[in-house]
Amino acid sequence: MAPTPCELCSINRALILRPKNHQKLCKTCFISTFESEIHHTITTTSLFHPGERIAIGASGGKDSTVLASVLKTLNERHNYGLELILLSIDEGIKGYRDDSLETVKRNAQQYDMELKIVGYDELYGWTMDQVVEQVGKKGNCTYCGVFRRQALDRGAAMLGVQHVVTGHNADDMAETVLMNLLRGDLPRLSRSTSIMTSTPSAAAAAVPSQTKPSLTNIKRSKPLKYAYEKEIVLYALHKKLDYFSTECIYSPEAFRGSARTLIKNLEAVRPSAILDVVRSGEDMAKLVPGYEDTCAGKCAGSTGAGAVEEEEAGCGSAAGRSGGGEMSKMEQHLTRNERADEEELEIEIKLPIQVEFLKDPANDAIPLRKKGRKGVKSASTPQSSGKPVTKQTMGSCENCGYLSSQKVCKACVLLEGLNKNRPKVAVETSTDGEIVSMQQAREELPGAVAQMSVDQS
Amino acid sequence: MSTIETTSEPKPKETEKSLSITVEFTGGLEMLFSNQRKHKITIPARTISGKTPTIKFLVQYLCENVMKDPRKELFVLDESVRPGILVLINDADWELEGEANYEIQDGDEILFVSTLHGG
Ligand SMILES: [Zn+2]
Ligand SMILES: [Zn+2]
Repeated sequence: MAPTPCELCSINRALILRPKNHQKLCKTCFISTFESEIHHTITTTSLFHPGERIAIGASGGKDSTVLASVLKTLNERHNYGLELILLSIDEGIKGYRDDSLETVKRNAQQYDMELKIVGYDELYGWTMDQVVEQVGKKGNCTYCGVFRRQALDRGAAMLGVQHVVTGHNADDMAETVLMNLLRGDLPRLSRSTSIMTSTPSAAAAAVPSQTKPSLTNIKRSKPLKYAYEKEIVLYALHKKLDYFSTECIYSPEAFRGSARTLIKNLEAVRPSAILDVVRSGEDMAKLVPGYEDTCAGKCAGSTGAGAVEEEEAGCGSAAGRSGGGEMSKMEQHLTRNERADEEELEIEIKLPIQVEFLKDPANDAIPLRKKGRKGVKSASTPQSSGKPVTKQTMGSCENCGYLSSQKVCKACVLLEGLNKNRPKVAVETSTDGEIVSMQQAREELPGAVAQMSVDQS
Repeated sequence: MSTIETTSEPKPKETEKSLSITVEFTGGLEMLFSNQRKHKITIPARTISGKTPTIKFLVQYLCENVMKDPRKELFVLDESVRPGILVLINDADWELEGEANYEIQDGDEILFVSTLHGG
């Protein structure tokens, strides 16, 4: 077959067939087109502002690696004036993150970016290995999933960064739209299609970067939401990016798995289907009551708002896949858990322990500083106002400020249970029920209590 | 950045009994192939029916001769490459080269990359 010339430069041999429009491009033209489309997404949604510090949720996988590479390129090319930081989460499972964290470390050097690896031990006072030791292998899924969902926000807060970007791509978006459609969950469909989400109190504040970052005003955004997974992989290949892919090439999680398969099959027949589904999702989102309210002037011109809350990690999440060596049981476990869990709402889990916890303020002995109680905006946030379709109301966790439909978020509830049973560790609470300061706690219990300093003052 | 080649590659000579090609697996697919990314393999220059081997033939060949993992369905579905796996023939998207019907030539580099995981 004779080589096809590139449709843009007409000089080089076409190597790429673009799924969205069947355009045939050479390597050089593909790379510049891919980058300029991401630039277009960023500028038309006013995603960033000059001087902003951005944490890139980095797993070493293809999506976050491409995101880091493209953002670095665009930041320099178009003078965004951003300070880019790589943020990786280490769940504290022996061996699990080794390869992916090594990749991220290389990426940090390659892109000359600061890298912060935050461990569950720092965030929660517990590594997953310790959790497993405590609760056994059976129940640890709940913990890992809940902790994982909050980890990027908590990590960002620790870094003093207000904005986290993740590598969610168009395939991830389409998959999520389909799943929410099939479940008839329009409120979540609406939230999930937004390029940027932020916690309610951030939206309420309406003033960007006015305070120190806290858990209540971390923005999350998805600059690659219109980028095909296929093109992300091709970009990584042709730019010879150093990324890590797991042995877990397919983990059949019933619902999300079949949505993914459906997307891939649709793409094979009609490649534009993926973006069409994403666009349909966005259009449907506009029909959801409260959509306009939620955004109005709050999200810096982004295409939507609503709560961050449950990020759909998909396969492209910063949580990502990892591993190395054989497909271990833990890997499958985590993968399944991750997928199942990201579909849950805070409100959907009702742990028996919660009641007890809420009734007993003296038992607030969790390694999260309790502050900003007065500032709790529960049930009066833009998210919850005037949205008849939305069943739940979103507020902030009384303990940590994380978005929650309950008084106390799931992570805090779980931590409470863990800490209560921690052998030989007496976590002190002050008489008025406030948690002792982290500094104090650390001094008294070296290594035993997490550093979760979410300072909202 | 290669320029268009005006001279078309000659078809393998009839005297050749086999084609030497490089097959590479990435994106997690290498796990299905003994954890080895690059495989230099030799395939017959003519199929049993006397035709030039195609990608379709190669995929079958890989399943039968190279792939030791029993989970064939992670690589092949309905006799073709599973959706979500990209195929690059000498760096070019196989869709530009006739997909499964591309006729393999001596020295070809064929890359299979999974897009399915590893975000
Ligand atoms: Zn070109
Ligand atoms: Zn909490």
